[in-house]
Parts: sequence; C-alpha cells; structure tokens
Amino acid sequence: MPKPFKPSVKLNESHVTDESVYMNRRSLLKSMGFVGASTLLAKSAGAAGWFWEDEEEKAAFKGKALEFSQPPKFQIAETRTPEDKVTSYNNFYEFGTSKDAPAQNATEFQTNPWTLKIEGMVKNPIELDHDALTKRFPLEERIYRLRCVEAWSMVVPWIGFELGALLKQADPLMSAKYVAFETLYDPKQMPGQRSRFTGGGIDYPYVEGLRIDEAMHPLTLMSVGLYGKTLPPQNGAPVRLVVPWKYGFKSIKSIVRIRLTDKKPPTTWNRLAANEYGFYANVNPNVSHPRWSQASERRITTGGLLARNRIDTQIFNGYSEVAPLYKDMDLARYY
Amino acid sequence: MTFRKKPFRLTLWQRRGLKAFIHIFALGYITWLFFAGVTDQLGPDPVNTLINETGTWAIHFLLLTLTLSPLAKWLPSPEPMHFRRMIGVYTFVYAFAHLFTYVFFELQLDMALVASELVSRPYIIVGMVALFLLFALTATSFKRIQRIMGRKWQKLHNSIYLILPLALLHFSWSQKTFWQEPVWYWMIGLILMSPRLKHWYVTYQKKSQKKSKD
Repeated sequence: MPKPFKPSVKLNESHVTDESVYMNRRSLLKSMGFVGASTLLAKSAGAAGWFWEDEEEKAAFKGKALEFSQPPKFQIAETRTPEDKVTSYNNFYEFGTSKDAPAQNATEFQTNPWTLKIEGMVKNPIELDHDALTKRFPLEERIYRLRCVEAWSMVVPWIGFELGALLKQADPLMSAKYVAFETLYDPKQMPGQRSRFTGGGIDYPYVEGLRIDEAMHPLTLMSVGLYGKTLPPQNGAPVRLVVPWKYGFKSIKSIVRIRLTDKKPPTTWNRLAANEYGFYANVNPNVSHPRWSQASERRITTGGLLARNRIDTQIFNGYSEVAPLYKDMDLARYY
Repeated sequence: MTFRKKPFRLTLWQRRGLKAFIHIFALGYITWLFFAGVTDQLGPDPVNTLINETGTWAIHFLLLTLTLSPLAKWLPSPEPMHFRRMIGVYTFVYAFAHLFTYVFFELQLDMALVASELVSRPYIIVGMVALFLLFALTATSFKRIQRIMGRKWQKLHNSIYLILPLALLHFSWSQKTFWQEPVWYWMIGLILMSPRLKHWYVTYQKKSQKKSKD
C-alpha cells in the first residue's frame, strides 16, 4: 500500500505571499540587500590613502581670489586650521551627515546665479545677485575661532562683510526684533533634502535666527570666502553667516533669504531637539549638552593622535565683548 | 530548510588559512589605524576617524558572530562554529580600542572629565555595559573555563543577545539625529535576530501550553 502524502509544513491562506509583494520581489530584495551592503562597505570617515586608495579623486574646488583688507584687530595669533581640513571636515547635512560627505557631494553645487533677499519688516527690501555678494560691500579678512556644538573647534580666516552693514541698507522697522535666515531648498542639488537617510531626517530648508541686536553686532559676519578665495560649496557657498560666539550650527550656510520679524523665528536644531539645542546657543563651558560636556574642546589643527589638542572652552568662545548683549539673562535657562 | 543535503566541510588547511586571513585582517587593520592615526594620516580629525572605525568594526564583528550559527544550520555545516570564538574576541578587541581611543585621545586623560562623562552620559553608560559584558565573554572564552563552567557558560554567553541591542543603542544615541548610519545596522540586527526570536516565541508557547495542560 502506498504511503499517504503528509506535508511536512502545514500551510494555510494566511501564509500566502501577497501578490503585490510577490510581483515586486526582485526590487524589494535589491533595495534591502544592495543599500544595506553598500553602507557597510562604504568608507565611513575621511581616512587618507592606503585602504581606500581606489576611490576616485574628485576635482578639488578652485575658488576665485578675492580682494579684501586685513584689519589687524582680527588677525589673531592662534594657529589656523589648515585649509584642506577646513574644507573637508564639514557639517552640512544637505549633502550628507558624515563629515566628509559635503566635500564629496557638493562639488557640482551651482552658486551662480544666486539671489539673496532681505525682506520682511524693512523699509527697503534688497536683492543681492551672485556678483553683488562680493562687490557691494568692502570685504575684510577676519580670523575667527569656530566652536562646534560637538566639542571640536577650528580657527578659520573668513572673508566677508558685517551683516549689520547689509541690514542698515535694508533699513529695518523699529518693530523688527529678530532676523530669520533660510538656506536654499533645492532637492535636485542637495541629496540630503531628497532622502531622510542622507539628510539625517531634518526638516528642510534649514532655518536659523538671531535677535536683532545680535545680528547688528560688529562681530557678526556674512562670509563669502575663506583662505583668500570664494567659499567652497561644502563651507556654505556663495554666502553664509558666521557668528563666532555661538555654536557652529547657528552659522547657517548657502543663504537665500533674510527676513526681519517681530516674532522669535523657529531654528532647525531647536525644532529637532529643544532640550539639546537652544535658540541662543552661545558657547558656554558651564552649560553642558545633555549628552556631553562643553567644558573643553579639541582644537583641530595638525598633528596625529598624540597631539594634546584639548583646550578649555571659553565663555562666548572668548568673544567677551558680546557679554553686554546678555546682561541680566540666565544663560543656563536661555542656552 | 538547508542549502544542501550533505554537510559542508573544510579541510584542515582551508580552515587554518581562513583563520589566518581573519587574524591578519583584524590585527592588521587596527594596527594600521593606530599607526596612521599617530602619524596624522587619518583625515582632518584622526581621533574622530579612529573612534568611528573601531566602533563600527566592533559592530561588524558582532553582527558577523551572530551570523555564524544560522549559517551553520542553513548550510548545513559545523565549520562556521569554529570561527565564532575568534570573531567574538575581535569584537571585544575593537570595542576596547574604541573606549581606549575615547579616553586617551578624545578626552586626553582629563580624569575629572573621564569620570563625569562615564558616569553621567546615558549613551556612554549603555556602551560601557555592552563592553563589560563583552569582556566577561572574552574572559570565559577559554575551552578549559568553558568546561569548568558547564551549563552556566551558555547562560552567560547568551548575553550576546543583550549586547547587540545595547551596542546599537549606543551607536544611535551618539548621533545627532536618528536617521543616520545606525538605522541600517538595526535592520541587519533585526534580520539576524528574527529566526531566534521566532524560536524563542515558539518554545515559550509550547511551555505555556504544557503548563495549561498540567
């Protein structure tokens, strides 16, 4: 007598693969496998040479030389961070979240034509085109310390003009209390704005804000260049803000809009994690980030692992002249 | 379901060759990282590169050890199990190098800072717990100790299933936003854990059924 057939696995209706899934099985597998494997294999930091030598060298950005004065007040003695480090170690999530991603992904970024609008509560709205950014105001070189909220810092020779000079031309109304800034929104050019995996899940466009007295302070710079040349895309070309007494994320890049307003504007990192990043974000060694201390920082210049580059962080990043702006303010509460 | 009927075997020399290759890769890469770091060839911030590389490679090795037993069942073959201990030990070596880099080169032995950071930052505590467990597994990885410990050994070494989520949580938590590299590792971890989770669920159900019958 033949044995009756007994299936080793019992299957019922609920085990049947949905038809749409079945029809797409190849693309599903592809998207899971390839993307996963490629991230594992991708080099994760900007390690030089040796192991990753075959990676094609992208054409290095060649900036245009700028004409500028060098007011002695801003020629500080601290060792500058080498140019190749300033231009290859960047946080610019629009071009990817790792430090070397912006330099790799922003090479084709188009900054000409460009329009920067100054609008809102002003008597005289202004539009600056690409050429006006470097021609309308006399440019100065200012060597500033840049303190990142991640507890590292650089010393960068920026070239630019005071934001105050620009705002004065726009002639703000008496009722304007804040200045809101906005980065370009162009998902075609900025991969981080296309995919949350590339852009870290931030809501774009990136926005920032200052109180009007902070914006008018003579230290607040609109930068159009560094190391004598126009800005590379990864550093925020063609025009970016530099507020040296605040954590780096306040210094918004590739600005297209400046709006004067009477309400405190939303700011990107504050919106994302209000307990970690405040509106003011003044450099302050006494108020730690919930996940790490801000009491000291590592200064990025040259030297390998054995370089003793950890230094004490100074209040307002050493720019004590801004202290009067925050007189009578509880800096632990308004961080 | 298995890939083939007959168990897959390596010859002694194939196994030795593969082991030698893994040793050379794991030791070679970490030696090169520290050498390149000291001589300033690790990019703009060597400390950052070294922390990232040792950390992500510890997780690569961790995921690899967890791949071996499902692989052995699927092939089927006893061979992958011969590699589990060495890859597990390299997980610890890289994780320890990660902490070492953090304390010696990131915090630069500022002991007050080391103490406050290790105690008061939750993502570091999570990482330290994972590292401590890895150390316990490494310390008990000798065959002789395994024999002495008997059944307790397996119980202790099951903590690898705790180490995985702790290590991934530490990784995710150290980033400024959630949608970054760690998301991929969570997915891979989940895939590797799914047959085990299913197995645990089934045994748990059987147990509870048995109880209700009694």
